[in-house]
Amino acid sequence: MQVEKFEYDNKTVKWFAFAVVFWGVIGMLAGLWAAICLYYPAMNLGIPATTFGRMRPVHTNAVIFAFVGNGIFMGVYYSLQRLCKTRMFNDTLSKLHFWGWQAIILAGALTLWMGKTSGKEYAELEWPLDIAIAVVWIIFGINLFGTILKRREKHIYVAIWFYIATWVTVAMLHIVNSIELPVTLWKSYSWYAGVQDALVQWWYGHNAVAFFLTTPYLGLMYYFLPKAANRPIYSYRLSIIHFWALIFIYIWAGPHHLLYTALPDWAQSLGVVFSVMLIAPSWGGMLNGLFTLRGAWDKVREEPVLKFLVVAITCYGMATFEGPMLSLKNVNAISHFTDWTIAHVHIGALGWNGFLTFGVLYWLIPRMWNTPLYSKKLAGTHFWIGTLGIVLYAVPLYWAGFTQSMMWKSFTEEGQLKFQFLETVTHIIPMYVTRSIGGGLYIIGVFIMAYNLRKTIAKGSFVANEPAEAAPLPETSTTHGRQYWHRWIERRPMQMLVFSLIAVAIGGLIELIPTFLVKSNIPTISSVKPYTPLELHGRDIYVREGCYLCHSQMVRPFRDEVARYGEYSKAGEFVYDHPFQWGSKRTGPDLARVGGKYPDSWHYNHLLDPSSMSPGSIMPSYGWLFDHEIDTVHTYKMIKAMQTLGVPYPDGYAQQANKDLLTQEQSIKAGLKLEKIGTGQNKEIIALIAYLQRLGKDIKNNK
Amino acid sequence: MKFVNYIETISGVDIYGLASLILFTSIFLIMLIWSIKADKKMIDEISRIPLN
Repeated sequence: MQVEKFEYDNKTVKWFAFAVVFWGVIGMLAGLWAAICLYYPAMNLGIPATTFGRMRPVHTNAVIFAFVGNGIFMGVYYSLQRLCKTRMFNDTLSKLHFWGWQAIILAGALTLWMGKTSGKEYAELEWPLDIAIAVVWIIFGINLFGTILKRREKHIYVAIWFYIATWVTVAMLHIVNSIELPVTLWKSYSWYAGVQDALVQWWYGHNAVAFFLTTPYLGLMYYFLPKAANRPIYSYRLSIIHFWALIFIYIWAGPHHLLYTALPDWAQSLGVVFSVMLIAPSWGGMLNGLFTLRGAWDKVREEPVLKFLVVAITCYGMATFEGPMLSLKNVNAISHFTDWTIAHVHIGALGWNGFLTFGVLYWLIPRMWNTPLYSKKLAGTHFWIGTLGIVLYAVPLYWAGFTQSMMWKSFTEEGQLKFQFLETVTHIIPMYVTRSIGGGLYIIGVFIMAYNLRKTIAKGSFVANEPAEAAPLPETSTTHGRQYWHRWIERRPMQMLVFSLIAVAIGGLIELIPTFLVKSNIPTISSVKPYTPLELHGRDIYVREGCYLCHSQMVRPFRDEVARYGEYSKAGEFVYDHPFQWGSKRTGPDLARVGGKYPDSWHYNHLLDPSSMSPGSIMPSYGWLFDHEIDTVHTYKMIKAMQTLGVPYPDGYAQQANKDLLTQEQSIKAGLKLEKIGTGQNKEIIALIAYLQRLGKDIKNNK
Repeated sequence: MKFVNYIETISGVDIYGLASLILFTSIFLIMLIWSIKADKKMIDEISRIPLN
């Protein structure tokens, strides 16, 4: 048969590889910065962009979408061409994909630093960027499927299945979770409110972990591990079972992020059951990876690439064992809202995603520059520093999480809470210090890698277009044994796309439909009223400053939480919350019932200098709220938007909203004046105080 | 009031859970049977694609 000659495109892979290292460093430094803020509040610098509440989303978005995102594209663009024995579908699309993605990352980082956020974790980017992400994702999709369609290899290797599932699911998650109503160019309100918003958000949040951080990287594992070990995967059959079980089960597990919250019981239970089931495919995949190296462990000792891959796969196993454990209600009762969760995700992020990325980089760069790695010894040093970094990062946080939770739940013999919230924070500060040392070591490792790769590149010569040859696909294929329907799918990628979409959509729909179907699903509480215009402005500030990253608004039905914060939260309390602000971590105390707990002057002084009211507090000061003014021009649009979303303000209320705003502002200012605090017109601080003083009051008044 | 009361007001709500579980289990079983019964030569051939 006539063999066709063609060339693989290495240039796009090269650009993505550079972007991985560049954004990896930026994203990790932002993380280190945020970690230091937690025990050294001066690190917040007193300016908005560098406070924890803005650095943290920059960190999470940068490491997920910039570091891992570019890592996915680097690996996919390299492996897909070789698995399909063809060049990428279209070079222009590759270029558009690369530059489009980098532009989104840059705009994302800048807007997050500026406080432009939708307030939904890991989906913080505002609506214009959400649209841009969808467009670039479609470009990637066309390139992906175009390449699969023009392949010269009849079988679709399992790694490609993982890529397809990733593309389909991320598209669906991103679109559903990003449905929002734009108010201004950089401000939107989530279409969903309260419980529904929480459900959609964690369905997204969990599956972003599954389909952005896991499935594409499993695809990379199934390609690069056999490559690096120079032997096929231990069991290809197992890899197929791994794939189908994983994509099916993962999509159902989201509600485990909302245990003991106001989320309906049935959804919580569904989340737990499927989370526990996830152990099976995850461990199947991990063992498949590790068994591939059976009888070749001597190679692992010498080859840095394999070292990184082995630790990555082991961390995958650890994280996927721990995940289901954390989703058990009794474990979650202890772990949730603590640093335990942060430790858990970093086993995945630093170990699984980070180390797999490093392994792939150490493997790819020498091959694309046609030269051996500059120094295996340095790569070994990176490996050990990185591993030590992970241990020093995670262990103190596990300890901190467990300790703090136990302290929260301690009562004296007289039945009083044993510890003030702040005591439980100051107690774990040494663990925060150790954690940042671990993170720092990990970043030093990345710098060592960057140097090593730079040196490798310097002595090699880049092969931009790698020549290859393969026979074209025959018209009729030979069959081995009997034909099964699976082969039919395997030979038809477009149908495969449709099947995977159906597969993941079913899980998602079953979870979401009942919640949307009936309005009475969310029990309404008659005393719960829409926010006043001033409170609405305050809420926007609360979202902008990322308060939800340290303060939850969700009192769980536990003795200690009810004793500490008050009546546990009800689903009906959040019906006007676009977006919901339950939070996922309590670095500071819960705020669901903070309204009326302190006088206005307390909040005023506390936000100006937290340690003046709570000595030892690690909260940053928010000095700019005392200078900046709220934009009352937008009040009209905000009320109108809320009305569109179904918040029952009276007809024509938007026109008179500013009048009410002024009245409420005057009353707060008059109160402050009695305590000798004078403030100017329309200051943000007044709006934020109004919002904080409202929280939880609707139910309190009812009593 | 417990949430289940509201779910029960959706007529035929059981079908969601039932249908999805049946669909999930059956597709998974089909895949399991296929992957166990699939021809060994073909499986070997596919698993070697990354190495070629």
